[in-house]
Parts: sequence; C-alpha cells; structure tokens
Amino acid sequence: MGKLQYALFTGCTAKESTPEQLMSTYAVAKKLDIEIIELTEASCCGASHLQDYDDFLSLVLNARNIAYAEKHNMTMITICNTCQLNTAMTKHRLDSDAELKARVNKKLAEVNPDLQYKGTSEIKHFLYAIIDDFGLDKLKSLVTTPLSQFNIAPFYGCHNLRPSELQAGDNPYVPTSLDDLIIACGGANVEYEEKNKCCGFHVELQAPHTAAVLTGNALMGAIDQNADWMVTPCPLCHLKLDTQADHAGKAVGRELEIPVLHMQQMVGLALGCSKEELGLKHHVTDVNFV
Amino acid sequence: MDNSITTQTITFKVFRFNQETDYLPYYNTIEMEVTSEEVVLDILNRIKWEHDGSFSYRRSCRHGICGACAIKVNGKGVLACKERMNDMIELFGKELTLEPLSTKRAIKDMIIDKEDFWVKHEEVEPFLISHVDEHPEDEHIVTPQEAEALLDSDLCIQCGLCHYSCPVVEINEDYIGPAAFAKAFRFNADVRDEGVDKRIEVINAPGAGVWDCVKCFECAEVCPKEVNPIEKITKLHNQVFERGDALNNVATRHAVGFAHSIKKHGLLDEGELVRYSEGNIGVIKHVPVALKMFKKGKIVLPWNMPKSDKLDEIQKLVKSSSTVKF
Repeated sequence: MGKLQYALFTGCTAKESTPEQLMSTYAVAKKLDIEIIELTEASCCGASHLQDYDDFLSLVLNARNIAYAEKHNMTMITICNTCQLNTAMTKHRLDSDAELKARVNKKLAEVNPDLQYKGTSEIKHFLYAIIDDFGLDKLKSLVTTPLSQFNIAPFYGCHNLRPSELQAGDNPYVPTSLDDLIIACGGANVEYEEKNKCCGFHVELQAPHTAAVLTGNALMGAIDQNADWMVTPCPLCHLKLDTQADHAGKAVGRELEIPVLHMQQMVGLALGCSKEELGLKHHVTDVNFV
Repeated sequence: MDNSITTQTITFKVFRFNQETDYLPYYNTIEMEVTSEEVVLDILNRIKWEHDGSFSYRRSCRHGICGACAIKVNGKGVLACKERMNDMIELFGKELTLEPLSTKRAIKDMIIDKEDFWVKHEEVEPFLISHVDEHPEDEHIVTPQEAEALLDSDLCIQCGLCHYSCPVVEINEDYIGPAAFAKAFRFNADVRDEGVDKRIEVINAPGAGVWDCVKCFECAEVCPKEVNPIEKITKLHNQVFERGDALNNVATRHAVGFAHSIKKHGLLDEGELVRYSEGNIGVIKHVPVALKMFKKGKIVLPWNMPKSDKLDEIQKLVKSSSTVKF
C-alpha cells in the first residue's frame, strides 16, 4: 500500500472554536504517515442553514470545494460530520442530475474557467479514512499508550450516520466504527442509549431549551454508564458537549461534567502524541486525566 | 440464493401496560422459535395467539399501506408488517425488545394514543384547498412533471414512525413534527392548491414550525415509505424565504447569516453569526459561555478572522448564484 494522501476540507469550526481539532488531525496524520493537503480555498459548507435559505447557492459553493479536491485527484476528507453530510449531499445530487450539474458548473466556469465539478473525488470523514483505508489492525500495532484504564463513551453525531444511504456504512441504529476505534486504542467502549442520538447543536440559537435537553441527555447517558470521558468525530457535537455542559445540566436538573475528546485526540493519545500537540488545553470542560 | 427456511430461538422482551389497571408498565420475557420467513407482525400475532390473548396491538392491512402496526424494536421504529425478523436479528442479535412507538403515550401494550399526531396534522390543513368551478368547461390536468414536484410526499401512510422518532417532538409539545410538515409540503407543492398562505403561516411559527427542526435525519431514516420528511422540511424553509414570508427573527437570521459571512470571509464567522442572529441585546446571554471559550483560546477575534484563499471567486459566486433575498 502506498502512502495515503487526502485533500482536507477543514470546515470553519476547526479554524475557529475548535483549534484543538485541527492540531490533533495533523498530529495523528503525522504519526500514521498520512499526507494531507489542506484545501485552503474552500468555503463554509453552509452547515444545513445556508441550505434552508438558498439551496442553489449552497450547491454551487460545495461543488467548488469538491472541485478543488478533484484538482488534486484525491479523496476529500472532512473532520466535521456536518461538513461531511452537506458535501456528500451535494455530490449525490450533482452526480444524479446532469442538468443541475451543468447549471452549477456554468456558475463555476464564470468565475474560473479551470473550475469544474466532475464527480471524481470520494468524500469521507477522517474517522472512516482511518478505519477503512488505514486499517484498525495497523493502527493497533502502532499504539504506544493503550487507553486501557478508561471507559470511553462514543458519541457518533447524526450527520455521520443518517441518512444511511449517503454514509460510509455504519448502521445508524447500531453503529460500531467509533466503538471499534476506542477498542483499537486500547480503551473500553461504553454502551449507552444516546450514542447515536442528536446533540441539538443546530437549534442552539432558536430553540435553546430543546438543544440543552438533548445535550443533557447525551452527557447523562454517558455519565450514568460510568464513562470516564466521551469521544466524538464531530466538532459541532463537541462544542455542545464540551462548552454547554452547564446549560445542559440546568435543563435536565443535575450537574453534568465529563471531558469530551475529539476522535483525533483520542487516537493521538494512544499513539503517544503530547497533550500540547493535541491541544488539550483548549477544552472548556478540563481534560483532567492526562 | 439459499431459500431454505431456517429457525432461530429468540428472546423477546415485550412491553406491557394497561392504562386502566396498571400503575407502571412492565416487560414479559418470551422465548420463541422464529423462522426466516416471518415478519415482526407475525411475532405480535403469535404472542397473542400462543402466549397471552390479552396482548394488544394495532394491525389491519398487513401490506404496508394502512400504517397501523408501527412499533419499535430495540428502539428502531418499524412497520411490523414490513420488517423481516431476520433483518432485526441480524441487526440487534437474539434478544429483542418490543415497545410501542411512544411508551409515554401507551394505552395498552403496543397501542398508543396518537392524538397529538392527528392534532398536528390538522394544524397544517392536510387537504386540497381549491375553489372548484361548479360548471367546469374542461378538466384540470396535472402533468407528470407537476406530480413529480410532490417528491413522493404523497406516499405518506401516517404511520407515525417519523413523528415518534423525532427528538423534538419528545421535548417540545408545540412542535408540529416531521409527518405534518411533510403533509404541509405535499399540498403546498400541489399546483391545484390555494391554501399555501395559511400553511406557511403555521409552519413558519417560532417554537412550533420548521425552524425548530434539529436536522438529525431520524425521520428520513425511519420512514418505511421513503417520504424523506426532512427534505420536505428544508423545502418549506426555502418556500418561506422564496415567498418573502421570512419573519425577522433569530431563526431566519441564523440561516441568512451564513450567506453574509461566506461573502465576507469565505468561512463562517462564528462569533458574528451569533451576534447577527441574536441581535445586539440577545447576544448578551451568550457572554458567559463566550468568556469561558475565550479563556481556552476558542474565540477568534474579528481582526484575526481567517479567510478562504481565492475569496474573490467565492464572492463572485455569492453574487452570481444567490437566488433569494432577505
């Protein structure tokens, strides 16, 4: 197997409120000898909200992002579930509607004659790149610091699971990828009801109570099953679980504090990355066990 | 393909509750030999016929048309007459829990009170509103293209699976829910219909309308008829903006703010999105969390806001490809 190479669509959050996520992505890629080319030209994916406002504009912008990955002739990896879904939905719609694809490409060509959405690049979340392309057995063999003393609760995040026809293969009702990754890192995976449920992120502004209850349910589920910490592949879920634990606790009537790590940080810990490399100081709920 | 019939021993945990006599629900554990030809409804029938005649559930057509037999197996919403037992066993193993769609609405065993579901349907006026000429001179033809614009929303059988899989319905009793939203879209998209104004008013209401959708896609995943309710919810959002009916509130600005930010930076300016959505006064309530985040290096100050490379391309695209105004 040659060296794995990917075009990275960072999304906005990794550049702003979750810098630790970008740092740990690069730290893990380095340890696994994965080559990453960052798509610095990429725009925001619209996060499903631009899609509510202006569907066509969101298609054009996402097609442009994908077109830049295609220029590198590489698979695009995402590190945010919502970026993943919105990009994958764009790809699905353009690949199955030639007329729409032509309309979108006409707009792209107007601003840059070299820019064209072809449909040649795959789009996958880094989680599945690690599992499906790199391989869990190989990852396991590189683990230097097994996380064997920890009960770790996986929180999958909706947009890596549903709708299943646009996803990498986890069954949304019985997902296993993140559990498998925890086990490969030497940890014990915690079973709890909310692991494949919604964190409420997308309505945090307009429906704060709904959002807080959903976050609260997730934190409670993990805590009540004796998790030492949680892990998620999605920075938006991470923002909810990490920075909003106070609100969530008030909404469900109890204190809820549990460290939440990004998937990359967990892998990085197992591979022996330093806490500085993994940006562990950037958490609102302190990561107190490292 | 191997067509031979196989048999497995499965342990069922069956939700039992009788509103008239029970203070709390309980579960019966029943072991059964399940053949590869059976569907979930066969199991419900056999529980009643072979184990306990008082076991209660709804069923009618057994052809996936009436929507009566929707229940949950290990938390997954299923239409009992359509769902193959082998698929359930493959997914969840040999211990299966059978529960009504919503345990808190249970009347007797699998039977729930669906009143809220029907009330929400009624709110969106789920019928064709059209002033029909008493003496028409010709037929009102709907072209195949016009019929396709319904995007299969007319396939809904009102089984309630999406409604009772929606996390918002569980929390917010005002929320109209995915099934009724899909129904609102079904008639709004019908070229013969004249009731769009009223339906838009209902689905546009803060707290009850489409703006409270958490975008979890549970409704799309669970629907046995592939109605894809969240796609219709997105279309309703689009209709609100396209018709110029968007209220100026936190939810609408939350959507529009993305376009502003992308135009300026390519990327989303997270802080500015919150400020723009909430307004200068509303944003104050976010200050405590923002301060905590700032201390941890999670807030980018406006003058350090990163920008996409080739921002001019993005700006030109926002100009050339925008289709709505707010």
